Amino acid sequence: MNAEPQQRSFTAGANPTNDARPKGAARGGGLSRPLLGIAGLLVLLALWWLGTDVLAAPGSFARRFSPASAFASLGGLLLHSDLPIHVYVSLQRIFIGLGFALAIGVPLGLAVGTFGALEAATTPAFQFLRMISPLSWMPLAVMVFGVGDRPIYFLLAFAAVWPILLSTAAGVRQLDPRWLLLARSLASTRWEMLSRVILPGVTGHILTGVRLAIGILWIVLVPCEMLGVSAGLGYFILDTRDRLAYSELMAMVLLIGVLGFALDALARALCRRWA
Amino acid sequence: MSVPVLSAEGIALSYPGAPAPVLEGFDLAIQPGEVVAILGPSGAGKSSLLRVLGGLQRPSAGTVRMGGTVLEDVHPRLAVAFQDPCLLPWLTLEANVAFGLDFKRQPPVSPAERRLRVDAAIAEVGLGHARHLPPSALSGGMAQRTALARCLARKPQVLLLDEPFGALDEVTRAEMQDLLLKVVADFGTAALLVTHDIDEALLVADRVVLIGGAPARQVASWTLDLPRPRRDEVATLGALRIDILKALRGAVRRH
Repeated sequence: MNAEPQQRSFTAGANPTNDARPKGAARGGGLSRPLLGIAGLLVLLALWWLGTDVLAAPGSFARRFSPASAFASLGGLLLHSDLPIHVYVSLQRIFIGLGFALAIGVPLGLAVGTFGALEAATTPAFQFLRMISPLSWMPLAVMVFGVGDRPIYFLLAFAAVWPILLSTAAGVRQLDPRWLLLARSLASTRWEMLSRVILPGVTGHILTGVRLAIGILWIVLVPCEMLGVSAGLGYFILDTRDRLAYSELMAMVLLIGVLGFALDALARALCRRWA
Repeated sequence: MSVPVLSAEGIALSYPGAPAPVLEGFDLAIQPGEVVAILGPSGAGKSSLLRVLGGLQRPSAGTVRMGGTVLEDVHPRLAVAFQDPCLLPWLTLEANVAFGLDFKRQPPVSPAERRLRVDAAIAEVGLGHARHLPPSALSGGMAQRTALARCLARKPQVLLLDEPFGALDEVTRAEMQDLLLKVVADFGTAALLVTHDIDEALLVADRVVLIGGAPARQVASWTLDLPRPRRDEVATLGALRIDILKALRGAVRRH
């Protein structure tokens, strides 16, 4: 095709969304962004150091929370304790909770997004349930599921299901009706419509829901693990407090932040990959 | 005259709740390999007609037949191309062309045969170099070619095209019109093209059918027994063009 390159640049010029230019512009301004982000983190570190090492009186209680000792403890804990196992347990709980939330939230979201009456019937109830902190179910969960991992899975799934359900339903509502017409013109069965058009069509929305869910899961996880279990980051934090190991406590706070940051980055990367 | 590949008899269509029917008493027969242009003012019910003919919408009255059998639903050898290329953004060009070939209710095709058909369709529209690109990387013309290839991969007997080139720029549009004629010749496919552009109708059609009025019905029709390509002759068809334009204006007034 001789005319193709010409034609392509012609149309691309008229339609900037197909163009590489916006990306290029973002990259130009984006060079300093990570540097600014790192500077912000350094300021945070400096404030911490100021609070514990400079402003606090020598020998005071606050000095035990200093960044230097926290970083030293973190290194020691990661290398010479069973902390990696606790991290593993916590992450496993996150993914199991997320798995339950997906297994419940996606089909429910598809149904709610498809049927207007169902949406009208469930929206107030879902908004009501969504606004109840999952932690307030903790005593009930323990009564129903007993002590151990099961109430934690329940609480995590309960916390994560809402963003997934609501984004899935929003995704269904925003599906391009022409895609559905196309599938219909190709004599798709209901299953083919679902698996080949609807699910791939809402995957971007589901991933957005997953990203929101991970943020909530990570916040809910630590307090959940402070009750009735003997492993995990939440358990470990209480353990450091009981051992009066304050530098380790700060090391845990640091680690929870770092892991949460990494999880969110992972979820963002997933979203980007799909988009 | 042979058995028409697609025919419609006494088609009426009314939407529930709408005061007046959209179509009434519409008849049409398309011969194998024939290109028919349906011309009409906007809002005349051209797209509704196309959906009925494509089996996507049940008419309130009348029957659509494909090769003599009554069409109750979509038919695997009846391909519809919409005004929008309607490519699925999560699939590559190639996968978009192959989309639907493996559906359960489509005639069974072996994976090897599927590959051959997809390759042939992509080659026919000249997009072999872009087969692995996502739709977001395609220009409007390339996207419309992909949509055409998706139709061709099904080896259609009839192509129904709903203003498929309406959104394209002049140059790309002319390329697509030429491509359509090449495809029709290569595949021996009959085509029904809904358009509001008289020149487009004169360029590609063996027969131009004007619909208009409310409810819409066939108002007039012209048979164009002219050799192709007609790109340079269209200018000399002034009298016919004026004739059609007058009729089209009349249809608008009645509408």
